[in-house]
Amino acid sequence: MSEEPTKMMFVMRKPPHGSIYAYEGLEVVLIAAGFEQDISMLFMGDGVLSLKKGQDTSELGIKGFAKTYGVLEGYDVEKIYVEKKALDDFGLTLDDLIIDAEAVDSATAMKLMKEQHVLFPF
Amino acid sequence: MKLGILIEEGPYNHLASDSAYNFTAAALEKGHEITGVFFYNDGVINSTGIMDPPQDDRHISKRWSELAKKHNLDLIVCIAAAKRRGINDDVLAEGFRISGLGQLVEMAINGDKLITFGA
Repeated sequence: MSEEPTKMMFVMRKPPHGSIYAYEGLEVVLIAAGFEQDISMLFMGDGVLSLKKGQDTSELGIKGFAKTYGVLEGYDVEKIYVEKKALDDFGLTLDDLIIDAEAVDSATAMKLMKEQHVLFPF
Repeated sequence: MKLGILIEEGPYNHLASDSAYNFTAAALEKGHEITGVFFYNDGVINSTGIMDPPQDDRHISKRWSELAKKHNLDLIVCIAAAKRRGINDDVLAEGFRISGLGQLVEMAINGDKLITFGA
């Protein structure tokens, strides 16, 4: 393993319940957190819906996983970014999200992605 | 370069699996090192030896098995994703092995680049 922590960003673009990408992507984040690297998450486009408060999957008959985002802080995954445009498109603000996040404009999101050693798209 | 490959889509339904194969084969031919090919999400379905496409079509898992044999490739199938989709050691094609997500993270840390196909 290299001395410097690897900068890895999970780019979450899919909405939470129509497919399994958001959930299985989150599983990778939780495993990666155990490796003590420099981990961040960026929620873009439909991906921001994963963080929306008040999700209820009971009538879908599937297990919700929104609560799992709450454990990220305990795993030292604290760099959580959301694309500002995505928030605006859905009429959301940071107060509508289940965890603390930083809103970034598209140029900043691109800059953050460029700084990474590895991008995991989900 | 040391390249890791991540495949997030299943066979036939998406081109991602074919693109990953073509990329991997081309990278090996150019002399790059492939640190591993990790199968995740529906990508795990690429690993079954029981797929049986028509004879005039490519056989996706067999193609991976042959490439793995030729180049000593590590074909890693995520255990959690595999179990969800009914895949275990009984149905794995030759050259594939089931392991955990930690392997994917190690590939990301130890390689020069991780290239994702699908999703």
